[in-house]
Amino acid sequence: MQTDTITIAFCYHCGNDLVEAVHRLDEHSFCCSGCKSVYQILSKSGLCNYYRYNDHPGANRARVDKRYAYLDEPAIIKDLIDFQDDQVTTITFYVPYIHCSSCIWLLEQINKIDPAIYYSRVDFLKKRVQIRFDNREISLRKVVETMADIGYEPLISLQDVVKKQAGVNSNGLVKKIAVAGFCFGNVMLLSFPEYFGLSGSMQNFQYFFGWLNVLFAIPVLLYSGREYFTSAWNNLRNGVLNIDFPLALGIAVLFLRTVFEVSTHSGAGFADTLCGLVFFLLVGKFVQQKTYHHLSFERDYRSFFPVAVHTLVNGLEKPVPLSELKTGDRILIRNSEIIPADAILLKGKACIDFSFVTGEALPVARVLGEIVYAGGRQMGEALELEVIKPVSQSYLTQLWNNEAFTRKQDNRMGTFNQKVSKYFTYVLLLIAFASLIWWLPTNVNRAIAAFTAVLIVACPCALALSTPFTMSAALSVFDKNAFYLKNTAVVEQMARIDTIVFDKTGTITSPADQHVILYSKLDDASKQLIYSACNNSTHPLSRQICQFLGNIAPIEPSEYTEIAGQGISARINGHIVLIGNHKLIFHGQVDQDAGLFTKVHLKIDEYYAGYFSFKNQFRKGLDQLSELRKRYDIYLLSGDKDHELELLTRFFPDQNSMYFGRSPQEKLDLIRSLQAEGKIVMMIGDGLNDSGALKQSDLGIAITDNVNNFSPGSDAILDGSAFDKLSLFLRFSKDTVKIIHASFLISLCYNLFGLSFAVTGRLSPLMAAVLMPASTATIIAFTSIAAHIAAKKRRLL
Amino acid sequence: MNIIFFLIGCSVLLALIFLGAFFWAQNSGQNDDLYTPSVRILLDDELTEPKNDPDHINS
Repeated sequence: MQTDTITIAFCYHCGNDLVEAVHRLDEHSFCCSGCKSVYQILSKSGLCNYYRYNDHPGANRARVDKRYAYLDEPAIIKDLIDFQDDQVTTITFYVPYIHCSSCIWLLEQINKIDPAIYYSRVDFLKKRVQIRFDNREISLRKVVETMADIGYEPLISLQDVVKKQAGVNSNGLVKKIAVAGFCFGNVMLLSFPEYFGLSGSMQNFQYFFGWLNVLFAIPVLLYSGREYFTSAWNNLRNGVLNIDFPLALGIAVLFLRTVFEVSTHSGAGFADTLCGLVFFLLVGKFVQQKTYHHLSFERDYRSFFPVAVHTLVNGLEKPVPLSELKTGDRILIRNSEIIPADAILLKGKACIDFSFVTGEALPVARVLGEIVYAGGRQMGEALELEVIKPVSQSYLTQLWNNEAFTRKQDNRMGTFNQKVSKYFTYVLLLIAFASLIWWLPTNVNRAIAAFTAVLIVACPCALALSTPFTMSAALSVFDKNAFYLKNTAVVEQMARIDTIVFDKTGTITSPADQHVILYSKLDDASKQLIYSACNNSTHPLSRQICQFLGNIAPIEPSEYTEIAGQGISARINGHIVLIGNHKLIFHGQVDQDAGLFTKVHLKIDEYYAGYFSFKNQFRKGLDQLSELRKRYDIYLLSGDKDHELELLTRFFPDQNSMYFGRSPQEKLDLIRSLQAEGKIVMMIGDGLNDSGALKQSDLGIAITDNVNNFSPGSDAILDGSAFDKLSLFLRFSKDTVKIIHASFLISLCYNLFGLSFAVTGRLSPLMAAVLMPASTATIIAFTSIAAHIAAKKRRLL
Repeated sequence: MNIIFFLIGCSVLLALIFLGAFFWAQNSGQNDDLYTPSVRILLDDELTEPKNDPDHINS
């Protein structure tokens, strides 16, 4: 027996297995010339340390296309850069590939490759690089090309640029917390003497401390706590009582009573409670603000489309920003470029992949003179097209004009907190006024004391904190499982849904390029024969085979027949080539494993040459649908035709729950009609064609296999690898809501306890100062621990 | 005991200076990126390569 020893070799640059032709340089092996050229550039600039921090840090460079001509256009540059004068340009790039310390090191050493780049700084979490360069020495295009050469191609899209300018600034909240914390600490320090009691000779200290406390409370009231007043006022004007109203009332009463007590020397006031309250509330707000810097939940077609497109003016190519593309312009679309506007095909053989736009999994052929809709990706040779509609009015982008996109959707469903706080406020005011009226005939001072004490002690601090802390704990659990939620309210929405709608292509099936497997060993000549035969056919499977085999020069067949429902028979170079299904090749013998895969068998000159298997790869975990069906109504909503109906019945036994061939608009309408039946709908989709449905649904989840890639606007982004945990996520969201309910009960107990003192008008400042932090601490501890236990129970931690 | 007035004034002043320092840090963007510096500090400016390192060529 002879055994072959197989040494597994990896590409020095990108770490791919070395299977085919190996490129060698300096005793290192590379999988492709792209990887080798990156190494060459780096070694020339003395940057080989790149490979020392991490093994195989590079991106695979097998397929590179550099098309940055549009970066020479001043109109486009203007939108991209941060700052420019006659010497220096500063620009911030988003580089999705940044993933390890080598990336940081190399990008910050980029001026060794080109000295005209003065400065580069990486923000790892945001995956951004800020670059400053000498614009007299080097153009923006050259900078981008340099970055692309070393494998760090920036992602340039117009929407992300716009987003940068309108970026939210959470800076304000941090400063408010800082001020509140500062005042809280100082006030606590100054209040301690009062708690422990001051002897008679030190009375003047008490007044001094009292006034200092008032002084410290002023910035807390006016700066840190201002939002609560403006929000309460705005809501009141709109006739809504939200939780900010009792909070603002509590804060105001705390301050007024403190000023009153200090100025009349009647007590120590509640400055410590006031500062602590605002501080804890703001911390709760901060915790709730979880931002994923590298994710965008607001993407629309603008970030899917390129920044610029090549137009042909008098036979010359000129890059033009997408927004300036006019009807009648001639555009040039090369292989794997996206068609940005509805256009008529003038030249070239169009084979367009619409999978992202319509859900149709198989590329579509178009002939000259036909209209090609925007959003398709050309596969194959370059095309010339004439634009017939501007980008914003094309068939695809019209979807964004739907009212679903203009409607403000902050609160599609009121959260538990909002519902409860309304009743809470009524009850609170009732108790406060009742105690006022009860004491008023006998003792005016006591009546006012009781009234204010009720408003102070019942200030729903713990209630306001229970949701943010539970939700932020839940969010980080989801985050660990590669499920990213836009905000905390999404968790509650998820707990409430009763209907789940799935998209097909890309959502329950994995992306198309992993489907074809060749079970055969073909030499180059046979590959050419098969390619030539398939090249003549427009059948989707033939297109996929051509795509799989790659670029081969076709030979014109001397005979060619396509047998409907069976396959192709052709005579090429004297060889008889049969490509088709079992029936064609084996003349009607029964195929044992029919149904599992689509197979295309090959026969060349009477010799059976193996087969192609088209596996429709359903995502792992699709079996959980049978379990989900017990609790939810499940629908399938596909833009694709029903050619996979048979396979899908395994997962969707009810034929009526499957909808095929739906346009993006029809998808949106279907969701709306489900909602009209009173259902609360969650939509899971991946493509631009699902955008409308995702937006219309009560909870839209975009699924993607690479979170840095484009995903349509949604409430949450689910990594494809976590799809099998979907049912666990849903259960956990329900647990989370239960935790919120429980913590609400706890905070209510504290409130009742405090109220029993308050109504008598004998609430001491010490009592309030102890009660408020104690309830806050209890709530924070309870929610965090309970969320952790719930996640453990669902095996999400 | 009047020294307490002075001491409290000092402590408040000191605390205000720290608050001001925090505001300055926040405004100048020092807290914008709290992760990358932790990686950056582990990267050497210039790794000295051994003379006979076969994996690398020196430029």
